[in-house]
Amino acid sequence: MQRSVVTIQRADFDLSTEVAALRDGDAAVGAVAAFVGAVRDRSDASAVSAMELEHYPGMTERSIEAMVDEAHRRFQILGVRVIHRVGPLLPGDQIVLVVVTSAHRHDAFQACEFLMDYLKTQAPFWKKESTPDGARWVDARQADDEALARWGLAVGNAT
Amino acid sequence: MRVQVRYFASLREALGAGEAVEVPAGSTLGSLRDQLLSRGGEHARCLARQRAVRCALDQVMADETAALHDGAEVAFFPPVTGG
Repeated sequence: MQRSVVTIQRADFDLSTEVAALRDGDAAVGAVAAFVGAVRDRSDASAVSAMELEHYPGMTERSIEAMVDEAHRRFQILGVRVIHRVGPLLPGDQIVLVVVTSAHRHDAFQACEFLMDYLKTQAPFWKKESTPDGARWVDARQADDEALARWGLAVGNAT
Repeated sequence: MRVQVRYFASLREALGAGEAVEVPAGSTLGSLRDQLLSRGGEHARCLARQRAVRCALDQVMADETAALHDGAEVAFFPPVTGG
């Protein structure tokens, strides 16, 4: 069955369901590595009461699909599933899911981290936080550019 | 040539969602940014050279040397903050 590798959606996701779907009963899978990102209730010393995720429809899917292709080139992995939510979210809500399957754990872990580092600096999403002082757009972080640089990729997102 | 410009996030709030722009042959993303800057006002403020502005051409991240073509989709936006 042909399933989407990358989905952008407003609805929440369930980790167990997505892992089971990706594994799909394939006994060549010896390792599953997953990351879930969630909305925190604090950001840069301010309380955050809500968040809005904006994105560039079309480009978001394409850019993450290209990152997944790169992960397949770099690592020995079998499958990838990425879900990124958009729209209004609250503290504690899940934002992003990356699941990677492989024969062995090293490449599964590495590919999962690679995809998150890449997505943080290149996927066209923008977060707007609601704080007691009003709504503000989140700033990109230098640390994320540095994380991506460790994989040999220089993108200069935050700079 | 005519290109479709789209803005996102704080740029969208200041400049609107987008507009069609006429550009001279041989234009690049960089020359388009300069062209928009030269309007002054909010365009000059948002697209100022000191500000970090990223761009995409036909829905792929690009740098300012990228050459435009007739009918191109161009986007200007702040550094991304997903994930």
